[in-house]
Amino acid sequence: MPANLGPDTIRFLPETILAVMGTLLMVLTGLLGGHGSKLYGNLSLATLAAGIAAAIYANAHAGAAFGGMLMVDGFATFFRVLVMTVGILTVLPSYGFLARQGAETAEYHVLLLFSIAGQCLMAAANDLIIVFIGLEISSISSYVLAGFFRDDKRANEASLKYFLLGSFATAFFLYGVALIYGATGTVNLTAVRAALMGTDAPSPVFIGVALALMFVGLGFKISAAPFQIWAPDVYQGAPTPVAAFLSAGPKAAAFAIFLRIFMTSFESIGSMWEPLVWFSALLSMTIGNFAALLQSNVKRMLAYSSIAHAGYVLVALTARSQVGTAAAMFYLAAYAFMNVGAFSVVAYLSGKGERYQNIEDFAGLGQKQPLTSAMLSIFLLSLIGVPLTGGFFGKFYIFKAALESHLVWLTVLGLLNSAVAAYYYLRILVMMYMHEPSEAVDKTERLSPSLRAALVLPAIGTLVLGIFPGWVLNFAGKSASLLK
Amino acid sequence: MNLLLVVLLLPLAGFLVALAVPRSSPAASRYWAMAVSLATFVASVALPLWFDRGAAHEQFTVDLPWIASPEIHFHIAADGVSLWLVLLSTLLTPLCVLISWRSIQSRVKEFFAFLLLLEFGLVGVFLAQDLFLFYVFWEVSLVPMYFLIGIWGHERRIYAAVKFFLYTMAGSVLMLAAIIYIYNRTQTFSYPALVDMLSTGRLAFSPFEEMLLFLAFFVAFAIKVPLFPLHTWLPDAHVEAPTAGSIMLASVMLKMGTYGILHFCLPMFPGAARLCAPWIATLAILGIVYGARVAMVQPNLKKLVAYSSVSHLGFVVLGIFSFTQMGLDGAVYQMLNHGISTGALFLIVGLLYERRHSLAIADYGGVATAAPWLATAFLITTLASIGLPLLNNFVGEFLVLQGTALGHFNWTVWAAIGVILSACYMLWMYQRVFYGVAGDEVKAHVIDFKPREWAAVIPLIAMMVWMGVYPQSFLPAVGKVTAQVLEQTSINVPFRVQAHPPAAHTQTEVARAR
Repeated sequence: MPANLGPDTIRFLPETILAVMGTLLMVLTGLLGGHGSKLYGNLSLATLAAGIAAAIYANAHAGAAFGGMLMVDGFATFFRVLVMTVGILTVLPSYGFLARQGAETAEYHVLLLFSIAGQCLMAAANDLIIVFIGLEISSISSYVLAGFFRDDKRANEASLKYFLLGSFATAFFLYGVALIYGATGTVNLTAVRAALMGTDAPSPVFIGVALALMFVGLGFKISAAPFQIWAPDVYQGAPTPVAAFLSAGPKAAAFAIFLRIFMTSFESIGSMWEPLVWFSALLSMTIGNFAALLQSNVKRMLAYSSIAHAGYVLVALTARSQVGTAAAMFYLAAYAFMNVGAFSVVAYLSGKGERYQNIEDFAGLGQKQPLTSAMLSIFLLSLIGVPLTGGFFGKFYIFKAALESHLVWLTVLGLLNSAVAAYYYLRILVMMYMHEPSEAVDKTERLSPSLRAALVLPAIGTLVLGIFPGWVLNFAGKSASLLK
Repeated sequence: MNLLLVVLLLPLAGFLVALAVPRSSPAASRYWAMAVSLATFVASVALPLWFDRGAAHEQFTVDLPWIASPEIHFHIAADGVSLWLVLLSTLLTPLCVLISWRSIQSRVKEFFAFLLLLEFGLVGVFLAQDLFLFYVFWEVSLVPMYFLIGIWGHERRIYAAVKFFLYTMAGSVLMLAAIIYIYNRTQTFSYPALVDMLSTGRLAFSPFEEMLLFLAFFVAFAIKVPLFPLHTWLPDAHVEAPTAGSIMLASVMLKMGTYGILHFCLPMFPGAARLCAPWIATLAILGIVYGARVAMVQPNLKKLVAYSSVSHLGFVVLGIFSFTQMGLDGAVYQMLNHGISTGALFLIVGLLYERRHSLAIADYGGVATAAPWLATAFLITTLASIGLPLLNNFVGEFLVLQGTALGHFNWTVWAAIGVILSACYMLWMYQRVFYGVAGDEVKAHVIDFKPREWAAVIPLIAMMVWMGVYPQSFLPAVGKVTAQVLEQTSINVPFRVQAHPPAAHTQTEVARAR
């Protein structure tokens, strides 16, 4: 790395790399046409790997950038690395998936890279306007990605629904930002915090309305109840790797700004928003889990499960403590591995035109594809929360944080919820191992190396987080204390 | 190298290697599982030889830091109770491998791999001295059993497997909440440290707090035992499981519940435990009588044995909540007895099923003429199960009833009904299956033991006789632990100990045992 790069440039390096490479890919597709599909995938993998390296390098030069608009700290680095890892795990199964659907284009990868760039920006944003810009970059690319198969009716529906509701949500968020600016005269998160804690703090009603509006906007992005209606339709209609991406990447980034805003700026008025988050957490867990019980389409089921998991993370937020923040960060990492991994198996199995998405299509997978089903079992057991997987430790830390903050009822209801959830994950396990092979399973092709990596890597991640959680947790704990 | 660590980790290592055995050679999987489980058994036999029976404290301790924050230790140790339960697990696993040698023909590799993983989980549950580690093993043992029932079970296996998983899971999440709560109060998961804090008064729960924590633990354990009316998963799971699954489930897994009550509920929440004792004893007695009555009318052999387990486990719970030295000793002894004799019952029933392909009692009759040795072995097991003197169950039941009578004579009267009923249903079943005229099907298919089956049955019968004739080989080590548990339960409730006349017995007995 040349030494003459200013600290601001270094701190902004990951986003720069992603944006530049994304643009380059767009130019390249003009030159190469439809050929070289493998090349696009390889290039975007290389970009993401370089982005992760840049994020880690930037962390060594931690600090504020561009006059306090960005804050590169451990917290930002954690989420930057997380969303780029999600990106890698999305690109890996996409090779085979796109080839099967005859849609190997560079646009797919370009959109993905831009979306991730937006999410990295969100992770590091320390200014409500930057948050908004990041949110928009990430969202607009995601809207297009959701409708990437433009001839598919469901994909169109998904894209339109996502776009319309997403725009409303962003508008709500923006109203909130406007009110905050009106009340405090600043959009810088640190300054807002100071203004709210100061002696001449603005009227609580005013702030309360702003807070509620921002909560609506962010609640939509993390698919928390009661703003979760879009999620099942969008996840079902979107191409499966994109659904995997949507369920982990944008969600993690949205949680990052949620944490950053609510735990820094609004920390002093925590008692005001705690009931809001408490209620939303309980509602998300309950709606997500009970609705998932009734689904027969696996993508829809995973969509509802992702609503429930957003609820668990909200429990950690309700705790309003450093431990809670660290728990949320840990959980999002574990969740990214297990959920993206599970979606990758669906992408692999669904076949041409994504015909096979029902639970019955998983029948007998255990006999025909022992490796795939073993990996999926790990993801599902982790989603259930069985010990020695990342999902278990995530839940454990979350409910530990909640109990420390005396949220006994939320803990008990949340844990009971997770017992309910076991049922629908078990249904997939039952199908895989306890039934005779289905048509879908017979038609699966051999595992390609990229797909093998797409399954094995998150499985390793899930197990490492489950057996040696200390590595990630220590970092999360340290970063959580940097927030202010 | 610590011996306990070897006993615990051998099955895990065996499981990992078993995953790598090629699918094409099922024989290799069988031999591997046999070798690993035998090696584990041999290693565990050395445990009681080196175990200092004069001491009440935990032995063979291994304490390694695992996770720094929150502080979780890989802390295992054996006391006089867990020692025998570990031996029970390691004894039964090779027998299960033997019994599944031929009867498991599909997905052989996975079956034996899961069996080894199950052994790892079960041994771990009995050894864990860290509450968190205990929970980890508790849940880990659930997964292989779920697959054993769900993949290799009978017709309604899926229903049974899912029901089993969900019941256990629902019970254990509240235990997790309680474990976290205790950690937040004390900043430690270490069980010895907690007990130490409680007994020195550095940690005291308010009565309300204690009651909730007690219930959170107790419900998880009671589902596993299973205590009436939480037993409904058990008949399904037992009937649908393959023979090896039924054996491990009945003989070892149910003991996780009673061991948990004895090891965690009583010493950590003595006040609540004593307060709830009459209610729990009532449920236990109801379970004893109800299980026996339902067993009596079962047309299905496995279901009959399953309900008899509900009845027998009622004795164990009753013994624990009698709060007397004898009652506790008997309860622990009965855990082991039930493991041996019910394991043998399921084993022989499984052999009958392999021959006749039916579990309906009505399909049998006259087996004694077709297979006299099998009938003899089953008779010994039956007599052991109904508590004939000189066989193992007699000792346990007697101690439980005697211990209960010291405190609450009316409990004993009611529970004794169960003893009578057990003779009724077991002997009636024996008569219908083994006596009478052999039908054509029975004559054609039911043959006597093969050498492999002999090898599986003989150790169990030998244990029944040994444990029935000379319980002193086992009881002193148990008594040390139970005396300590009793002492622990009296510490926080001195007024209660003095208020009740029967409690005087307790104190003298504790003194004697010490």
